[in-house]
Amino acid sequence: MVPFSYTAVTNPNDAMERAARSAGVEYIAGGTDMLQLLQEGVRAPMELVDINGIGFDDVSVAVDGVRIGAMARLADVADDPTVRERFPAVAEALHESASPQVRNMASVGGNLLQRTRCLYFRDVTTPCNKREPGSGCSAWFGQNRINAVLGGSPDCFAAYPGDLAVALIAMDAEVMVSGPTGERTILVEKLHRDPSEAPHIETVLKPGDLITAIWIPLPAAGRRSHYLKVRDRATFEWALTSAAVSIGFDGERVLDVRVAVGGVGTRPWRLPHVEAMLIDRNLDRDLARAAGERAADGAESRGENAFKIPLLKKTVERALLRIAGLGAGDQP
Amino acid sequence: MLEVDRDPACAAIPHPQHAFEVTLTVNGEEHRLPVDARTTLLDALRDRLHLTGTKKGCGLGQCGACTVIVDGRRVVSCLTLAVMNQGKRIETIEGLGNGSLHPVQQAFIDHDAFQCGYCTPGQIMSAIGLIQEGRTRSDDEIRENMSGNICRCGAYTNIVAAIKDAIARGLDPREAMTEAVEAIRQDAERGA
Repeated sequence: MVPFSYTAVTNPNDAMERAARSAGVEYIAGGTDMLQLLQEGVRAPMELVDINGIGFDDVSVAVDGVRIGAMARLADVADDPTVRERFPAVAEALHESASPQVRNMASVGGNLLQRTRCLYFRDVTTPCNKREPGSGCSAWFGQNRINAVLGGSPDCFAAYPGDLAVALIAMDAEVMVSGPTGERTILVEKLHRDPSEAPHIETVLKPGDLITAIWIPLPAAGRRSHYLKVRDRATFEWALTSAAVSIGFDGERVLDVRVAVGGVGTRPWRLPHVEAMLIDRNLDRDLARAAGERAADGAESRGENAFKIPLLKKTVERALLRIAGLGAGDQP
Repeated sequence: MLEVDRDPACAAIPHPQHAFEVTLTVNGEEHRLPVDARTTLLDALRDRLHLTGTKKGCGLGQCGACTVIVDGRRVVSCLTLAVMNQGKRIETIEGLGNGSLHPVQQAFIDHDAFQCGYCTPGQIMSAIGLIQEGRTRSDDEIRENMSGNICRCGAYTNIVAAIKDAIARGLDPREAMTEAVEAIRQDAERGA
């Protein structure tokens, strides 16, 4: 680790004021991704601003939605009765993230911003456009089993690794952001950028911006939801593929639907064309299979990650079957 | 002044500070120690306080060997900086043993829940956290919630058995923990 300066703040304005001064100033909250990146030399901040003292760590219920403080820990949000009851896909995504120890530490705001697990991004001895712009992509000709099949290019096809963001997209959730220019909200769906022009710039956040909360609008609670995660081992592992599905039913008829997928895209990925296939139809086995078949439209494999395309189709199909109560003995 | 402070880009940062005196309450005993901002809690415990029961495995949060309990919650001490734990109450494997074994320690021995033993302090601290969380309603739930602790010897079956036995004996680890911490504090006072 290179030396860095450290400041603990108790006021969000102090944090934003420091972070806006230089791109070398970064926030640290739970620290579970930051410490890995520091240890591996992937990040070399000049200063870390510890924002654990600023509050914003509770889950509060309003008439029109639920507000989850950005500093709330994954474990606490996963166990929150309101989240579990109203937004099961969010609770499932959190319960299946990381390990119990990491869930006790990591903040939900930081989780949305976690960096890719692409082997080369985390190996400073190799070229990587995301880590060192213009240096090239080692994964294109290298080990790319975990890399993305949606949204990539020869410059970068690192997969976004998170679960929570995928589930939140199916909830129409927003992040509440404070910054030097005031406060604004950003749909979680719009938070992450395509890597096409600048793989190293991953979100639309600007220096000094601070995520203060996640907002889940109440209508999402009127839909059934499910998060299905497929991985190399049963627990404590990132998604190879995942699907978050949220459906408002009238009997078997789909009135309203969101489908988002993870582990496969360069950012959390929504599938509007799959949603369009489902709307106003009765969700049965045939429709689930047909919709799953289209889940990987536009996907391109590169060597070792080709298995993700058929796996993604089956992941979406199974998530739809489960939410419709048609899962073969494996209903959530 | 460190090299980094002379970097012109750093001029943007007011009052950079790299060295700190941090107060950590470890197993009931308060320690003040100077640390660099980069020092992880794990390295502070092992290299500065010489509490080497907490093990360093991967250093990246993936193996759980460094599990300790901070303010009542199990965490991996490699993924947090010592300065971030200013004023926190930290419990390590050393806080458990005080003449007699903690019920979870005894259960690990009774069930051969380790071979080489390197992961064991982390397993035991994690198991205490697990029992406090109450996530022990089935073998599957225990396995799922011990997933943050890797055992290369593969003692998993016996670890689950040990945890179930510690619970079955009806021993409340919170009480045992408090007793151990209290005993250490009394020892410290007598020593002083």
